[in-house]
Amino acid sequence: MSEVFQLPRSEKKLVVWHLVIAVAALSVGGLFGLFQALNYGGVDLYGFLGKLGLKSYYQGLTLHGVLNAIIWTTYFIMGFLTFNVVYGLKRPLKSAKLNWAGFWVMTLGLILAALMILSNQASVLYTFYPPLKAPWIFYLGLTLLVVGSWIEGWGLAWTFFAWKKENPGVRSPFIAFAAVLTFILWQLATLGVAAEVLALLLPWSMGLTQGVDVELARTLFWWFGHPLVYFWLLPAYISWYAYLPRQAGGKLFSDTLARLAFWLFLLLSVPVGFHHQYLDPGVPPGWRYIHALLTLSVVVPSMMTLFTVVASLEYAGRKRGGKGLFGWIWALPWKDPSVAAQLLAGLIFMFGGIGGVLNASYNINMILHNSAWVVGHFHLTVGTAVTLSFMGISYWLVPYLTGKPLPEKVARAQVWFYAIGMTIFSQALHSLGLAGAPRRTPLGNAPYIPPEWQGLLLRVAIGGVLLATGLYLYIYIMARLAWGKAKKPVTVEPPVAEALHDPQQTPAWLDSWRPWVIGAIALVVLAYTPVLLDLITNMVPVDAPMMKLW
Amino acid sequence: MHIHELEKRWIQISIALLAAFAVLIGVAAFAFGVQVPTLERRVDPTRLDEDPVWSNPGVREIVPGEQYEVYLISKAWQFVPRTIEVPAGAKVTFYITSADIQHGFKIVDTSVSMQVLPGYVGKVSYVFREPGEYMMICTEYCGLGHAAMYGVIKVLPPQK
Repeated sequence: MSEVFQLPRSEKKLVVWHLVIAVAALSVGGLFGLFQALNYGGVDLYGFLGKLGLKSYYQGLTLHGVLNAIIWTTYFIMGFLTFNVVYGLKRPLKSAKLNWAGFWVMTLGLILAALMILSNQASVLYTFYPPLKAPWIFYLGLTLLVVGSWIEGWGLAWTFFAWKKENPGVRSPFIAFAAVLTFILWQLATLGVAAEVLALLLPWSMGLTQGVDVELARTLFWWFGHPLVYFWLLPAYISWYAYLPRQAGGKLFSDTLARLAFWLFLLLSVPVGFHHQYLDPGVPPGWRYIHALLTLSVVVPSMMTLFTVVASLEYAGRKRGGKGLFGWIWALPWKDPSVAAQLLAGLIFMFGGIGGVLNASYNINMILHNSAWVVGHFHLTVGTAVTLSFMGISYWLVPYLTGKPLPEKVARAQVWFYAIGMTIFSQALHSLGLAGAPRRTPLGNAPYIPPEWQGLLLRVAIGGVLLATGLYLYIYIMARLAWGKAKKPVTVEPPVAEALHDPQQTPAWLDSWRPWVIGAIALVVLAYTPVLLDLITNMVPVDAPMMKLW
Repeated sequence: MHIHELEKRWIQISIALLAAFAVLIGVAAFAFGVQVPTLERRVDPTRLDEDPVWSNPGVREIVPGEQYEVYLISKAWQFVPRTIEVPAGAKVTFYITSADIQHGFKIVDTSVSMQVLPGYVGKVSYVFREPGEYMMICTEYCGLGHAAMYGVIKVLPPQK
């Protein structure tokens, strides 16, 4: 085996610190998830938690949403993207200092926002819909968090394009290409929420303006809110396309279509935000329908991903001796926890994808909007497809970084606890939603619960306990990989898959940035300008009520 | 560009699927009349009391037994009015707005659902076929009392 490329010292430390904060956030955020699931099952711990300083279910829910959906994901992703750029290009960052600066700006933002949430001044959930009003420090924290991630991303793009200049005519390595593309998507998406916070919420919370138009704020938020989902997903896809096939003993089925799928995700994931606003009175129905069509177009790159990933795995399974129509599935290395985590994540994600098509289906959404179904849905997507894949990734990435061996038995149990718990939990939430139960509600305390919901609520709690067991086994494994003692250091090679066909055969237009990025921007402009102009010209600024609501 | 024969067919299938979804949504909207809520008008949420329509929310009978309008205000943490009575078989049009922050409005066991925004009056119509009691619940987080925010729609036997 040839020498394994090691990240330069500063880059390595940077990746490690991203993972430390990500895992720490998940360990706190996950705890509140457990309390919420228990509340559904009739075990209410909030009286006890009150003695420890927690003010309400909703303060806990804000922590759960912000720490799990924003902090765990963003830190893990920025760390993983950094790894993919540096390892993929076998080249140090153009300026590690710049990326470190981005990291510190992000972290300062995290601290400010966390202080506001922990002191119960910002129990506004992770969507922070106005006119719920948090102190300006909270919005400043969010701003710094996003700006810090931009700085890091600019550093990554700078490194990538420096490499392109140094290597004219060579196809960029897929993992580095996909990492930079993921950041460009994030950049385009976060412009919406940056506009919401900087133009509306920050001046308003500082007392400079009297109110905010809530529909305008929602529109800018969801410009960001949906592509956020793809910012979560694409790093998992990077792993499914470029690492999982190698881990399973095979190759990437098609480098060409992998790149094409990523470009289509960039084009189609931003101009679709109105599918979160199908039931908003202020968005014209025709525009909601246009966004519905654009949303459904994501079916095409998603199905391409399904094909390529399954084909790569089938290739691996058959090489391992799997026979027959489905025999190759059992021949895959299910005993490898990293592989099992990602296979289960992908399998569960198929249901998430089908549910997503229903959510996006315009009028069907009337049954599902803001119901417990949605909570079930995004626990399959960000909670499993993304999170369980990230767990699987960390099972080789962290040993690579720390040189300590993975405790395989615990990791194997972890994966199955998490997947089975999530299946029970999420299935029950989907059913509750169809029965009419709302999301964001402590259903264990709601006065209107019909007896038919009780069995489902109990299943949420049971699934939640199994899920939390899986989650804390993961935290335990990460702690062992960080602080445990290893008898002798191990060398782990990051499992980057080769493509079945030489990437050099991939057409140049799939490795050129300008047309795609311009296309993506143009689509956003077309999809949003008319409605934004209408909302801005007809603004109804609304202030927060005098009474504090939480 | 190298694309595997099966993958080409797979992509064609996904595009056909996409077209089928788009057509089905259109059919549901226009042939079956499954319509999303729309904007009636904008309104100043702090001055609902001074507005002739909103100072007196509730049910208006337009054509007895056939057509009704319901003016409903969401505010922390109740629906005003909390109880509504309409006959089965009549077309009921809901006009809903918020007096303070964002709320949600959902009638359990129906397709009626809406994001309720201060400053905006949403409009949605429904025909209750079966008499009985329907729950309306708030589906958007609106502060500490959110879980207790609900009301009842009593659907009476059809008037002939």
